[in-house]
Amino acid sequence: MKRNAGAWGLAWLATAIVLALAGYAIFFVAPRELTMGEIQRIFYFHAASGMLADFAFFVSFMGCVGYLASRQSRWDWLAVAAAEVALAFNTVVLITGPIWAKPVWGIWWTWDARLTLQFILELLYVAYLLLRVLVTEPDRRAMISGVFGIFAFLDVPLSYFSIRWWRTEHPQPVIGGGPGSGLDPRMWHVFLFASIGLLALMALMIRDRYRLEQARWELAETAAEFEATAEEEVETKGASR
Amino acid sequence: MSLARSAGVVLSKELRIELRTRDLTHTVLFFVLMVAGLFSFAFAPTAAESRRILPGLVWLAFFFAGTLMLQLCFVREQVNDTLAALRMAPIDPFAILLGKILANFVFLAVTEIVFMPVFSVFYNVDIGAVVGRLFTVLFLGTFGLAVVGTVFSAMASQARMRELLLPLLLLPILAPVLIAGVEATAGLLGPEHLLERQWLSMLGGFDVIFLTATWLLSGFLVEE
Amino acid sequence: MGERVRTGLGSGAVLQSEARVAGFSSSVEIASQSSLGVAFERVEKRYGGLLALCRVSLRIEAGEFVSLFGPNGSGKTTLLRMAALLVRPSAGSVAHPGGEGLAVEDVRRQIGLVGHKTLVYDELTAEENLAFFARLYGLDHAEERIAQVLDSVGLGKRAGDTAGTFSRGMRQRLAIARALITEPRLLLFDEPATGLDRQGRDWLEATLDGLHRAGATLVVSTHDETFSAISGRSVWLRAGRVASDTAGQAAAAPVEPEVRGSR
Repeated sequence: MKRNAGAWGLAWLATAIVLALAGYAIFFVAPRELTMGEIQRIFYFHAASGMLADFAFFVSFMGCVGYLASRQSRWDWLAVAAAEVALAFNTVVLITGPIWAKPVWGIWWTWDARLTLQFILELLYVAYLLLRVLVTEPDRRAMISGVFGIFAFLDVPLSYFSIRWWRTEHPQPVIGGGPGSGLDPRMWHVFLFASIGLLALMALMIRDRYRLEQARWELAETAAEFEATAEEEVETKGASR
Repeated sequence: MSLARSAGVVLSKELRIELRTRDLTHTVLFFVLMVAGLFSFAFAPTAAESRRILPGLVWLAFFFAGTLMLQLCFVREQVNDTLAALRMAPIDPFAILLGKILANFVFLAVTEIVFMPVFSVFYNVDIGAVVGRLFTVLFLGTFGLAVVGTVFSAMASQARMRELLLPLLLLPILAPVLIAGVEATAGLLGPEHLLERQWLSMLGGFDVIFLTATWLLSGFLVEE
Repeated sequence: MGERVRTGLGSGAVLQSEARVAGFSSSVEIASQSSLGVAFERVEKRYGGLLALCRVSLRIEAGEFVSLFGPNGSGKTTLLRMAALLVRPSAGSVAHPGGEGLAVEDVRRQIGLVGHKTLVYDELTAEENLAFFARLYGLDHAEERIAQVLDSVGLGKRAGDTAGTFSRGMRQRLAIARALITEPRLLLFDEPATGLDRQGRDWLEATLDGLHRAGATLVVSTHDETFSAISGRSVWLRAGRVASDTAGQAAAAPVEPEVRGSR
């Protein structure tokens, strides 16, 4: 553990540097967008966070499946770690959306396809975390939240399509232009660079959260073991008297 | 014993208990009526507005009423620990869930059959021309509600604060059903009586996907 | 034995119940080869930070009658529910000697549990409750069996009454009837005497004895010494461990192990 601490510390440092560079690139290297002006730069955070949140939700889903398939706690640790980090990135999407929308379109919120989907995801995964808080026994909690996590993720494609069809019926201003929507190549490079930095950050955050969950579990195990052996000692001492 | 038969036994038990006590149907019927009234007070819609909000109102009313009803589904089995008796029986765990899903579907479907005419009267909307397709849409959506509702009721019954938890778990997941159901209903009640295939596929797809997921995961849901 | 029961229920009922238990036994003797025991092998059960069972190894052979003693929280209920396949062990294994080669469903069929709660639906009548379970277990001649079992527990006259209207003693009888309807070979009772009056306890003891003679395996958890006279073996649990076990000893009056030191 101690030996590796150096390596991970380096990883954090590297990520910090990449993100600092990305920040610089976003504000000073990427060209200014024609119609929207400076505020458009927030797109890099908004779209990148959106992609990464979706990816992290998928990782959480894999954690749920892994736990139910193997009943090994480490999959459950992955599921909750990825879900929490995904929720953080998702919240960034929901906050940057309005920040972008207000100067450009004059409205704070619109039920644009991406925002709506991320909103539903936010609700689903807050429910996931709330479910975990309210089921106290660890094995039961892992199992129940595992099933819920799978159901929540299955809902994503269904929500995606129904929202998209809904939006074609009732069009509204579109906020988050995807990477493919006519980007200048320099913008594209900056976007990629920023995404890589944020991806590294996300991976490190998930790892840390995973380790926290692992530590909690190991603590509970050790406490139970201690209790068990303490009792045994009392029993054997009594017998040998 | 085959899955269909054991699910049937569970279903008939649920129906028998409900016929005797009428707890659930009374709750749902009263709640739907109340929501319909409250919407009128809150929005004071004109005739044209009524026509526009009716689809949303109908679906929301049934969703809320259904969520209320589903609270009881597994909590009832905890009173005398009858869930343990069900789990000990030599049946597929999915049979327990399927029997309850079908029972909940029946209760909600009955409410819809009773209430659609009432809604059409309250809001002066003629449903005569589209009755068949309207109920198809309603039933497909209700079945989806029954599937995820029963499953989440099983989960919530093992958690604290279960009355608050169930709606929080259930309503976000039902977003596709709400969207598809409302759009389909609006199309049917509109001037062209149009039912777009995509909404029907969405509702049907939701049902198939989540019923299959329930089947695959039923062992985990019913475990202690 | 017969006298004690007669005082409780009235001679007509006694004869009837003895005959009914005998009726149960004759059909069961034929099936006695498929008698079922239960074996725990270094079983552990953990609920979060709480260790309910710790390295419990216990083997109960087919046909034994074991009394399980222990204070509240000693793990008796967990042990019984594990034997009923309702709870999975966190470590170790649970097996059913006599049931090797049978599919899990067939093993389940042969296990009956009378738990802390009644495991019946208050909204249904006694008869409807038993009919439900009979259908769930796929039993033939259900109506006959239901009438027979209700008679044998003394609820024959109340078959058409809703379970919710029953007194404590009657509920307990219905709970037992529910377990018996499937003619299980392994019967698990979790403190069955609680809430029963003198009459009820006498009747219960007679019933357990009858079932034991008919060849079923019985594991009965209890607070007091009520069943130690008729059971062949006594096991004490304390804090999730087997503190003492009279297996192999002569069936003398069992003695509770001394409390050793404090924690």
